[in-house]
Amino acid sequence: MSAASRRGILSRSVLRVWCVLVGLLLVLPTLVVVPISFSDRRSLMLPRGFSLQWYVNFFQDPQWYGAALLTLRVGVVVAVIATALGTMAAMALHSALGQWRGPARAFLMAPMIVPGVITAIGIFYVALKTGLTQSYWGFVLAHTVLAIPFVVVTVTASLAGFDGQLVKAAASLGAGPVSAFRKVMLPLIAPGVVTGALFAFLTSFDEAIVSIFLSGPFAQTLPVKIYASVTQTFDPTVAAASTLLLTVTTVVLILFGVLSVVRERR
Amino acid sequence: MTTNYGVGVELRGLTKRYGDVTALDGIDLTIAPGEFMTFLGPSGSGKTTTLNLIAGFVEPDAGHIVVGDRQLVGVPPHRRNIGVVFQNYALFPHLRVEDNVAFPLRERRMKKADVTRKVGEILEVVGLSHLARRSPRELSGGQQQRVALARALVFDPQLLLLDEPLGALDKRLREDLQLEIKRIHNEVGVTFVFVTHDQEEALVMSNRIAVFNNGALEQVATSSELYERPRTLFAAQFLGDSNVLRGPLQRRGDRLVLQSGTLSVEVPGHGGADPAVNEAALVVRPEKMRVRPHGHAVSPTDNSLVADVVDVIYLGGRRRLVLEGAGQKFLVDEMAPEEQYAHGDRVVLSWRIDAGILVDVHPGGSTPSADAPPSLERATL
Repeated sequence: MSAASRRGILSRSVLRVWCVLVGLLLVLPTLVVVPISFSDRRSLMLPRGFSLQWYVNFFQDPQWYGAALLTLRVGVVVAVIATALGTMAAMALHSALGQWRGPARAFLMAPMIVPGVITAIGIFYVALKTGLTQSYWGFVLAHTVLAIPFVVVTVTASLAGFDGQLVKAAASLGAGPVSAFRKVMLPLIAPGVVTGALFAFLTSFDEAIVSIFLSGPFAQTLPVKIYASVTQTFDPTVAAASTLLLTVTTVVLILFGVLSVVRERR
Repeated sequence: MTTNYGVGVELRGLTKRYGDVTALDGIDLTIAPGEFMTFLGPSGSGKTTTLNLIAGFVEPDAGHIVVGDRQLVGVPPHRRNIGVVFQNYALFPHLRVEDNVAFPLRERRMKKADVTRKVGEILEVVGLSHLARRSPRELSGGQQQRVALARALVFDPQLLLLDEPLGALDKRLREDLQLEIKRIHNEVGVTFVFVTHDQEEALVMSNRIAVFNNGALEQVATSSELYERPRTLFAAQFLGDSNVLRGPLQRRGDRLVLQSGTLSVEVPGHGGADPAVNEAALVVRPEKMRVRPHGHAVSPTDNSLVADVVDVIYLGGRRRLVLEGAGQKFLVDEMAPEEQYAHGDRVVLSWRIDAGILVDVHPGGSTPSADAPPSLERATL
């Protein structure tokens, strides 16, 4: 083996170790909640023995599982609405609008760039006026606004690789606009659309800032409930809740990873 | 394969503007049923715009499009029943070959058994039955274009539009497919409209050629008519090589003479050109010219001048001489060279008066120069 290739292997292993270290730095603080959630003690401390008491508590306390259920119900519907709207917006940005494309894109991206608190204040004000605070549709609408930019970004990326001639070809073969979209365009931009939907779901699922403004005693999403629990009580159920939140988020991210691998292969 | 007869196409006053640019300036054209018509012209000449208008991808600002007995302006493309073959094939990458070909039939809600039968038949015609289950990206460019052809023909359109379908293929494959497309045209009997900027391709393929320039039609004629009797300088220079002499035209007795620099040559009288024009052009094709050693006698029915050999180019079946005489450059093609010439030889260049073609010079119209043949489009593909 030559010296050069030995040096190459060495530098590659150093790089690998470095990556693992950075990864641990990013993930470890988050993972601290996992052992605590299995703690047999009655406060937020590292466990001495194994216990599922906090998970039992989570699923028996309507405050906790209610929040989780609300969060899931909001997340799924937000994913559907934001994906539909975001995909249409991305298509318009791609093939229409002309000179208004730039401004329109900036406008659509705004919820991603404007500081969350500012957006939250605006949404809170509108929600107060329209009686949407502490309501299911209030959360759905607010989260949809926040989720649309993610869908626009991923679908735009998919459309960039889409050959516009295919739509013309479909039309010449007898496919009307709806049929051409369903049978030609959608299957080809599907990876972007699905990725967008996952991001939209995640955006809603772990959104806390706007949700704090919209929440109240009668309607809380899981992140808000976690925040309230940590700041107002010493209930270790929060560790179990956090672990569950973490699990769902991780599963969605892994799905996203699998999806991008599939896309690479195609 | 059922042979269905193609329909005629009538374009009347077809006009398309993009902002201030007039892409198409009121063209009139009649295409006969079952004809193989080629649209030939440089990029931006309006040929592809015309095709897009017929296909319905863009709507005209003025004019009529009648295909068969249907007025098509305002009809969306998916209701026109016209097959289109694109330069980059435009096959659906997520569908297998057979599903690509079945696409137009399924859109028409044809019965499953009929779909299978028709797809099988048309794949047979293009010779790709064995690749039916492949994905388009597993096929070569030539095979992909055959699939595109099959897909555009399977639903029995009465008109097929081909937009530079061979532009992306290499020369050998292009020549094979040219013959293949001609064969399919004969087999299915559909009217074909074929867009190309390649003059050789136009000559090989077509019944008739429509030469486009600056959004207008220069001439519509058969290949041989276009080559032997071009009406405009543009048409003459776009199709084939030519020697061009430009200058004022005068009548001297019963003879018509063109004065080009120091050279004055007799032009055929049947051109019908106004003898008082200030600027006319005489076109002589390279193979109509004759070169003989200096001092050779010249017949009175010939034009002649003394010229010097600049270059001798061997082109396989023929020899091309590049000459310079009377301050102009001449190209001469010899099929059966009798003498050997070399750079610097002095020779007599001659051509029969009636081999010259008097053509219109466009006032301010752009003409492709002889040095840069109008095939730059291809180089950028």
